[in-house]
Amino acid sequence: MKITEAFERGEFAVTAEVGPPKGIHIEGLLEEAKTYLSDITAVNVTDNQSSVMRLGSLGVCKALKDEGLTPIFQLTCRDRNRIALQSDLLSAAMLGIENLLLLTGDHTKMGDHPQAKPVFDLDSVSLIHAVKQLEEGVDLGGNQLVGEPPKFAKGAVVSPCSDSVDAQLAKMERKVRAGADYFQTQAVFEPEKFIKFMEKAKQFGKPVQIGIIIPKSVGMARFMNANVAGVHVPEDMINELKADKEKTKAGITGVEIAARIIRECKPYCQGVHIMALGWESKVPEVLKLAGI
Amino acid sequence: MLITELKSKEIIASLVDGKKVFMINCQGCKEVRFPEQESVELRKELAADGKLTGFITTDYICNPENMKLRLQKHMGEIEAADVVLVLSCGVGVQTIAEYLEDKPVYAACDTYPLPGFQGVTPLEYDCDQCGECYLNLTGGICPITACSKSLVNGQCGGCKDGKCEVDSEMECGWERIYRRLAQIGRLDVLKCPTQIRNFATDDEVSK
Repeated sequence: MKITEAFERGEFAVTAEVGPPKGIHIEGLLEEAKTYLSDITAVNVTDNQSSVMRLGSLGVCKALKDEGLTPIFQLTCRDRNRIALQSDLLSAAMLGIENLLLLTGDHTKMGDHPQAKPVFDLDSVSLIHAVKQLEEGVDLGGNQLVGEPPKFAKGAVVSPCSDSVDAQLAKMERKVRAGADYFQTQAVFEPEKFIKFMEKAKQFGKPVQIGIIIPKSVGMARFMNANVAGVHVPEDMINELKADKEKTKAGITGVEIAARIIRECKPYCQGVHIMALGWESKVPEVLKLAGI
Repeated sequence: MLITELKSKEIIASLVDGKKVFMINCQGCKEVRFPEQESVELRKELAADGKLTGFITTDYICNPENMKLRLQKHMGEIEAADVVLVLSCGVGVQTIAEYLEDKPVYAACDTYPLPGFQGVTPLEYDCDQCGECYLNLTGGICPITACSKSLVNGQCGGCKDGKCEVDSEMECGWERIYRRLAQIGRLDVLKCPTQIRNFATDDEVSK
């Protein structure tokens, strides 16, 4: 199923991401996904997230699909040139994977192979364009595909709480014009910034899922504030995590914060995307508490 | 060596359409092959159309101090122009764009590399000699060298406090580009078609 069908039905689409392991055993990942993520709209599979080499997104997407889940194939431009990207897109379609999230990707220097050559032959915008071309039966070289072309739901990302929000909106517009069907955002901890962003973003007429990270600890919040672009955990939220150490450790505070942000922003967006970062087991609680 | 080649007539026409133009030719650097004949023809055409407010043919505009001295005598003509058209390598265009910060400064040439010496190029204005100059879409700031991912379609999600995620000392190139386009009133160029790099510019494949 394409996630765009859920948007078209007017559903509040819920997605969560899983990160493939650095290895070949995914029994644990599949078990967790089946237990905690089987009721949601779709499951994102990250593509060598943070430029750390791992098991591939495409293979894990196929494994999730075989278990009856709906995968979203995340594809970045960091590690593949336009030939490899288009080839993997055809592979995805051949395997019945219909949902994409198309990203530029973190720089290689951010990960565990900083010596690697960063590719960036295409970027998020030209990758969306390439997918659109493939859907019309033509590759980027202008050559015809053989037979029925693939059809995807083309997702893209945007960073609503970035301190360069105008530049982000300009990029979002380019993605829309290139053919993006829906958006998932960077993690939001400042609902008022997100709501302001959505007032401007709604002119593009594309569904937007608010990005949510469940804050696990004060240390995690401080780390994100210092290192993660577009993410800022306000001081009062950090104090909330500080207040009851046992409650925070048990994940209760994080779940409460995440649910509160979703409740506050729900009227302004079309879905939620949860980046649980190992806390997939908390996703059902977050959704329940958020009233979804 | 570098080769600077005049962009197509259609592209130049789109840059100067309905505009008053001041033209800067940089012909000094012996390491650069310059389109001298074509520049004269272009200047005559602009003058015949009543578009030319003035021109200067000089050398080493990549040296900011030298460039400022040369331009001083022409500031009236530059003021009278809507756009400044620069025929030089990418470094020259970027030096002028930084100096004339309120004026749209356009690159009339694409710059290609050739083996050998590369001329006098101050490092803070890098030109990658990519052969498909983007400076007209980016307010005279090169996205190939100012962005650590060389992105040509806008800012990625890795800008924090205006700095590049890869190097906290480096300002985000697309943040600079956005700011400059806003300053010269040209944010509309961000609505240009999706750009796809051509890595075959140095051989016959692209022709």
